[in-house]
Amino acid sequence: MSGSTTRNFKANAARELANDTLRAALTKSKGHFTDGRTTAAENLPEFEALRDQSRDIKNHTIENLDFYLEAYEEKVRESGGHVHWARTAEDARQIVLGICRSVDAKAVNKGKSMISEECEINEMLEANGIRAVETDLGEYIIQLRGEKPSHIIAPAVHLTKGQVEESFRANHTHLDPDRVLEEPPTLLDEARTILRKKYFEAEVGMTGANLLIAETGSSIIVTNEGNGDLSQLIPKVHIVLASVEKIVPTLEDASTILRVLARSATGQEFSSYTTLSTGPKREGDPDGPEQYHVILLDNGRTDMIGTEFQEMLRCIRCGACMNHCPVYQSVGGHAYGWVYPGPMGSVLSPGLLGVDEAGHLPNASTFCGRCEEVCPVRIPLPKMMRNWREQEFEKHLSPGTARVGLGLWAFMAKRPKLYQLATGLQMRLLARIGHAKGRLSSLPLAKGWTKYRELPAPEGRTFQSRWKSGERPL
Amino acid sequence: MSESNRETVLGSLRRALGRDGPVDEDTAAKLRARMVGHARNTVPARTDLDAAGLVELFETMAQKVHATVAHVSSMDDVPGAVGEYLRGENLPSEIVMAPDATLDAAPWSENALLDIRRGAPVESDQVSVTSVPAAVAETGTLAMYSGPDHPATLNFIPETHVVVLPAGRVVKSYEDIWDSIRAQAADPDSGRDGQLPRTVNFVTGPSRSGDIEQTLLLGAHGPRRLHIVIVDGE
Repeated sequence: MSGSTTRNFKANAARELANDTLRAALTKSKGHFTDGRTTAAENLPEFEALRDQSRDIKNHTIENLDFYLEAYEEKVRESGGHVHWARTAEDARQIVLGICRSVDAKAVNKGKSMISEECEINEMLEANGIRAVETDLGEYIIQLRGEKPSHIIAPAVHLTKGQVEESFRANHTHLDPDRVLEEPPTLLDEARTILRKKYFEAEVGMTGANLLIAETGSSIIVTNEGNGDLSQLIPKVHIVLASVEKIVPTLEDASTILRVLARSATGQEFSSYTTLSTGPKREGDPDGPEQYHVILLDNGRTDMIGTEFQEMLRCIRCGACMNHCPVYQSVGGHAYGWVYPGPMGSVLSPGLLGVDEAGHLPNASTFCGRCEEVCPVRIPLPKMMRNWREQEFEKHLSPGTARVGLGLWAFMAKRPKLYQLATGLQMRLLARIGHAKGRLSSLPLAKGWTKYRELPAPEGRTFQSRWKSGERPL
Repeated sequence: MSESNRETVLGSLRRALGRDGPVDEDTAAKLRARMVGHARNTVPARTDLDAAGLVELFETMAQKVHATVAHVSSMDDVPGAVGEYLRGENLPSEIVMAPDATLDAAPWSENALLDIRRGAPVESDQVSVTSVPAAVAETGTLAMYSGPDHPATLNFIPETHVVVLPAGRVVKSYEDIWDSIRAQAADPDSGRDGQLPRTVNFVTGPSRSGDIEQTLLLGAHGPRRLHIVIVDGE
């Protein structure tokens, strides 16, 4: 089964490259998000200006984050809500558990939240005898399968409809085993019917937040299905689990970011549902939660401020970087081994988990630069991946063979005469070996290359020696 | 625990930002002024239109995201248009309707075919009818404010949501909505008591999901159908 969370990218990637079902799923989704983003950007002449402004709003907020967090906290309290601070994922789990216990909760309905995945809230709830019900269709599917999301906005993008059918048949055993269930609409209908019931059973609803507004003490969720709204409107307690960098000063700042978010993510001009929540239900309101709690999570983020990775805190979690990443599109999200995959994960994960744990992830890049080109808040992802690589190298965490190889190369490269002599010899030797076929199908020390493709045999002389002997292109 | 966490997080933030305490008073005043002033950033020029142009843009954008639209000339025609839509879609004529003043102005009792209950929906309700205080032309977005006259669950529980939109309520941008909820909160006659509505729902088309093989499906959890009746004369 795919969905491994071990943090060995190389082994994970090798396994995923050989996974034909994953190939099929990724091929189907290919182009869908990227074409959508291109069209949405073309349809809005102000798109580039809005990206600049979004970047500047986030920078301004991060530079004054303590001020805006305190302002936000005051407004939440004024509107009748509660603010809890969590330094670590464990703090967040304990706060969630405390709130659930205070209302004797048996079940928690959940809107899609990456912070919840980061803090492993479901595992904690289940360990304490509380049912965690993921209500986003993609999250529901992977919860049934015991997997982690493979994409931050499309958690089940690695699965085919056949796999979804399998999971539904295995889990929805009260339904007729002979029912027809192969097409996406019937699968959706079945999930809708089953989750419908559950909306009315939970005591607590939990969502993440795309944005927190300092000016008003509000939280915003952006969704397409409406599950996040049903999860927060029906139960008597609404918990918002959000990380500290989600804050923006005003509703106007939020609007600017909302204008680039959906366009960058799915290519929609605006998501189906953008919901602003402020405090608990008001006197006279016929529905809505009686309690509104916000948990502000740090979990390593403030440690990134003042470092070369500070700009990563601008990320608005749209997923554009992974949609456009050739590495992600080949190996899928699970290969990255933690909740945040793709280029943003390769930069964020070492920041949150430490370079010892996740420092190898920034190597999962071809440095093609597409991620930075499409990032709505213009995070220099390739530069940051290079910074992590340097740190990994300095900490002697890169593999021994790579270090020895690079050391040897550096020794030669600093001695031009020796370098030319060695490459010249090598060219002549390779030309002789590969002479018959014009290519080499196996080569000592280069198995990583020749395992999947053949190496064209050199013609016998190096570029430098040809240049020296007066050869010039026409 | 939370109190010490608070100090730890704020403390580590301030150290990282190169300060040993909160921002100085000058900076704080500037930041407060930025929040209170809530200046607009760039607002797309596509909404530089007259009132009729805005309604047209709203309609085009809403239809692009699979909402359906009908026009009537006055509130008198609304019950008939709702009944006609439900019959055309083969939907039940039992509806749960928001207890709001806009809808009160329509002659519901003259349409004997509709079976109407006012208030919040229950699980079995199939069709909801609400009005909407404002709609954003920029993206074909309806803006609904929760309150005694508009239970927010009406926007999500029933499979079909019919929305009555007086044409004069179409505005340009999200920023116009923020101004309007701020003004409402500040208005002593609004009953908002200085507060924003608990929930502001921006609704752009019916519920959808692409979670199975990126296939676009309508009606994931919220309404499968979003039908907007624009009242041209209002």
